[in-house]
Amino acid sequence: MSHEYPQIKPMGDKAILIDFEPKINENLLEKLLNIKEFIENELVKEKVEIINTYCSLLIIYPNTIENLYNEVLTIKALISNPNIGKNISPNIFNIPVCYDEEFGLDLVHISKDKNLKISEIIEIHTIPIYTVYFIGFLPGFLYLGGLDKKLKISRKETPRLKVEKGAVGIGENQTGIYPKTSPGGWQIVGNSPLIFFDKNNEPPSVILPGDKVKFYSISKKEYLDISEEIKCGNFQLKSEKYHG
Amino acid sequence: MAEIEVLHPGLYSSIQDLGRFNFRKFGVPLSGAMDSYSAKIANLILGNSIDKPVLEITQLGPKLKFLEASFISICGAQLSPKINDRVVLNNKLLQINKNDVLSFGKRNLGCRGYIGIEGGFISEKNMESYSWYRYITNFETLQKGMRLEYFSTKRQSFSINASAKIDSGYLEDLSIEVYEGPELNLLSLSQQKKILSMRFKVDNNNNRMAIQLQEPLVNSLKPIITGPVLPGTVQLTPSGKLIVLMRDCQTTGGYPRVLQLSEEGINTMAQKVIGDEVSFALIEIK
Repeated sequence: MSHEYPQIKPMGDKAILIDFEPKINENLLEKLLNIKEFIENELVKEKVEIINTYCSLLIIYPNTIENLYNEVLTIKALISNPNIGKNISPNIFNIPVCYDEEFGLDLVHISKDKNLKISEIIEIHTIPIYTVYFIGFLPGFLYLGGLDKKLKISRKETPRLKVEKGAVGIGENQTGIYPKTSPGGWQIVGNSPLIFFDKNNEPPSVILPGDKVKFYSISKKEYLDISEEIKCGNFQLKSEKYHG
Repeated sequence: MAEIEVLHPGLYSSIQDLGRFNFRKFGVPLSGAMDSYSAKIANLILGNSIDKPVLEITQLGPKLKFLEASFISICGAQLSPKINDRVVLNNKLLQINKNDVLSFGKRNLGCRGYIGIEGGFISEKNMESYSWYRYITNFETLQKGMRLEYFSTKRQSFSINASAKIDSGYLEDLSIEVYEGPELNLLSLSQQKKILSMRFKVDNNNNRMAIQLQEPLVNSLKPIITGPVLPGTVQLTPSGKLIVLMRDCQTTGGYPRVLQLSEEGINTMAQKVIGDEVSFALIEIK
């Protein structure tokens, strides 16, 4: 088996997989996203769909690929192009989260398991600038990297059948937000009143892979106020360009 | 505009087209007809473009009352369709008169049938597709009393008596076409041989997201770093069971991806019910 990266191979008859070094870090993500954008712009023969995960890109074609071997060669040539630039310019989003006990269903469990006060958990969770690696699991579910090791905790042994929309959870060394009410196994620490996925918006998710997210703690009253503002269309999600 | 009254919704019926392409980067599944081949035929018989919304029905078909005249077609699984008291056939152009009732009976072959209608069903369009999917559309499945909309026809008849000669062999085909999956080579050679020679039975855990297979394999592989998956990806779970991801599957997953079904393989798989046997036939990439 060759260990030279990136490895390019077909995945079935409608997709080509590009695997990079099996690592999770921001530099690799940036490289991946730049290559993704380059391919999207260059591969114009057909409109393809490209998704990224931590260390892979998957190019999905609308129809079965006629000559897989040739297509792999085309992609190989494309991604070795020295003109792949650094065009990704991430935004940073400040996300309000209410860590009230009403929402933070697993705060007590984490507190016992990690021997931390609840106020300490909230502090540790709101300090880092998290990186959005990709969207998966459910429409609009952001996979966020950058969780402080002190909060690393395994998923619930039995997943909840119903996790509320906006729930903020921790699963292993990741944290994330449930954009819709759904089943889920992550430990829930709070809830954000924001809407993270709206099928009628273009794009449906404002926050995209490569972007940064920072949480700030809000009271129950502020939570209700923001919910009301969102209902009336008065809430402005603040974001700005992120410069490392 | 005309309406269908849903007298009985059937086991699991939903409007589907060929899927929601280009939204997987937002975590939105592809969706679309589980057996895209049969859905396309249903449209072709009616002179529709192949991507018109059709009604996908599962094992036990619905009972539908058409409030206006139209033309329909039924393709895919053989589920004993009747118009009023008259037995009708799959893969034929069928004339519907005002107040006709379409119903289904015994399942003879396959799992999923497709009802096409002249001009396609009228349904909510979300993110460039008509396919129903829980987190995107208002409806997930047909409900009793629901009204389905379609275009009432102006035709008296079609100029040709359209029907399609379909070899229904794929409905009972045991062999599923696969390509190597990204992690197949992490398995020992004897394990690889085993996966490609064994017969597997379809488990009762099967739906539009995934079809689990019963016979467990020995699995000593570690989970992978979460990577992309597609309809047709076959995952090897920690318990050693294989899961074939289908049209409503998530976009990413952390289980080793040992095989990848061809488009034809997915269509064949979509026609399997609990207890049906399948085996995987590897296609070499030319």
